[in-house]
Amino acid sequence: MRYFVTALGLAAGLAGIAAAQDGSRSGPGAPELQEGKAVYAHWCAPCHAADPGLAGTLALQNKYEGSLPAALEDRTDLQPAVISYFVRNGVAWMAPFRPTEISDAELEQLNAYLTAPLEQRGAHTQLLAQEMVRKSAAGGDQ
Amino acid sequence: MSVLPPDMDAAGFAAFLEELRGAVGADWVWSGDADMFPYRDSFSPVWNTDEERHASAAVAPENVEQVSAVVRIARKHRVPLYPISTGKNFGYGGPSPNVNGSVVLDLKRMNRVLEVNNERNYCLVEPGVSYFDLQRAVDETGNKVMLDCPDPGWGSPIGNSLERGVGYTMPHFRDHFGSHCGMEVVLPDGEIMRTGMGALPGSDTWHEYPYGFGPDPAGLFAQGNFGVVTKMGFRLMPMPEYYRTGLITVPRRRDFIKLVNHVNYLSDSGLIGEVEYGSALRALMGDRDFLALITKTGGPSDAEMDAAASAAGLPSWQVELQFFGPEKATLENWNYAKDRILSDIPGAAAVDGDHFTMPATEEQLNNTTQPWQTSIKRRRSLGVPSLGAWKIVRDDGHVGFFPVLPRTGEAVFEVQRVLGDAMKEFPSLPSYFNALSTPLFWHTHTFQMVFAPSIKHDDPEHNAITHASMKKCVAVAAEHGWGDYRAAPIYQDDVSDTYSFNNHILRRFHEQLKDSIDPDGIIAPGRGGIWPRRFRA
Repeated sequence: MRYFVTALGLAAGLAGIAAAQDGSRSGPGAPELQEGKAVYAHWCAPCHAADPGLAGTLALQNKYEGSLPAALEDRTDLQPAVISYFVRNGVAWMAPFRPTEISDAELEQLNAYLTAPLEQRGAHTQLLAQEMVRKSAAGGDQ
Repeated sequence: MSVLPPDMDAAGFAAFLEELRGAVGADWVWSGDADMFPYRDSFSPVWNTDEERHASAAVAPENVEQVSAVVRIARKHRVPLYPISTGKNFGYGGPSPNVNGSVVLDLKRMNRVLEVNNERNYCLVEPGVSYFDLQRAVDETGNKVMLDCPDPGWGSPIGNSLERGVGYTMPHFRDHFGSHCGMEVVLPDGEIMRTGMGALPGSDTWHEYPYGFGPDPAGLFAQGNFGVVTKMGFRLMPMPEYYRTGLITVPRRRDFIKLVNHVNYLSDSGLIGEVEYGSALRALMGDRDFLALITKTGGPSDAEMDAAASAAGLPSWQVELQFFGPEKATLENWNYAKDRILSDIPGAAAVDGDHFTMPATEEQLNNTTQPWQTSIKRRRSLGVPSLGAWKIVRDDGHVGFFPVLPRTGEAVFEVQRVLGDAMKEFPSLPSYFNALSTPLFWHTHTFQMVFAPSIKHDDPEHNAITHASMKKCVAVAAEHGWGDYRAAPIYQDDVSDTYSFNNHILRRFHEQLKDSIDPDGIIAPGRGGIWPRRFRA
């Protein structure tokens, strides 16, 4: 039971940010975007996921004041060159990321994911902590 | 800003890079401005000045044999290597080396969690493993142990511990170097060494008994430059069954002295985890008169502070306590802490806080239900890696000075006054030291306080103030016996200079070791303030 309560709580929390763009995001998304989505989950989501308390999301909320989605995963205006620039050069106190962290090939996959139509991106990426909570709660029910 | 390694021309550099490509593959060697940009320190207070340190190239081996090969090639060409693991090392120099033209030895590709042992409670990892990665591995083996993480989850357990970084759970796990057990190191001649029981072929106790036999050189590899650490074991705490919090407040300024002694007792007895000291009086800092009082030159008197607290109806100090263990044990320990402190300090009060079964739920991690305004960052307190703490970053970043001071209330008052007065020279900086500044209880038995002025990429005047204030703070603190625990390369010589007992014998001893095993300075010359003969001349 706890699992469902937790999952609902999460969904409600995320909806506040996601709803403005698209309330129908669900499922894993298009198969060809999975590698890019994994790069996003590993490297971007810890700061940029759809959680208003995260530093990257908070910074973009303050910057755009709602005129653009605060969570990168909800943006439809990003171009590959822009994403690549910020990944390799950073901005404000976001550090640049090295090719040993995000390889050139992974950067292309990330670009494909963040520039795909929203309906192909699937459900919002969860944070590691949320994954852990979900797993431990599910485990507790077994 | 292309640079070359010391004493090397462009042709020699090209030949050196070609040999590196032969060792690790052409895809894993980088040079030139564009590729080297992510190897600059993006939090540098000397950004775009002559003092900024630039690497000439980066090389990324994928295993210990390649590390050894790279070290041998560097030794042949007399090129300094600067090893990094993973993460950003924000505030401590990022990936930038001590010596211009060094080649960054980027160990990110060595990213295997080699073992998580849930019965004997340890793990063995490579340098490129992050706390996020390690937590995933722990999760996959049943989530039976609790990590102890620094603020950013992207950091490396090996890199963080070698910088003597800290976490926020129980005392003996918070000291990340202190909780390591067994390491593998590539020495400056390319030989591969294992410490402790790792030196005994066939032993299965490398991560349980750290010493083996004879002198233990493991300490040389933290904040040092005697080798490249390629594996480390870490002790892990079994996942506690229960977590409990409580708040203690004390009314008068001098009560802090007794409060600290009680908390020391509780911590050294293993009854509590990390604590958060604070003061409810911080709510008054928007009041100009009160702000003037707490930042007064020479410090306010106890009577002045007590009068302000009394007028506001607020306690002078508070401490948030955290308990881990079986549910009944956490309750008994909390009851004991309350009895002990409330019976000794007149007017002290206690408030029961959140308590719950571990592991925490998402809502519990968000820490929104405490009956007081809490300073506990719940994720880090429960060893859950995140990047949540980066909300504290102002401007484009910061540098950090965290002096080690005695674990007494009196010492805290003295630091408030001495460094508060000294930093008045920099009125544009926020007030880091004033009559309400509280100590950090991060390392197992150590108090530190925080000085972390910001940097701005496009404001060299601001950065110059930050840079000058860092040097001044290190110097003034040292005059009073308070030393930094960790520093960016641009400050390592300043900090090393302050550890000067007996005409700097500690540094001279390190230099003798360095001269004997790495005279050409192949491994991070200058790191920790240790320079080999080649660079001392």
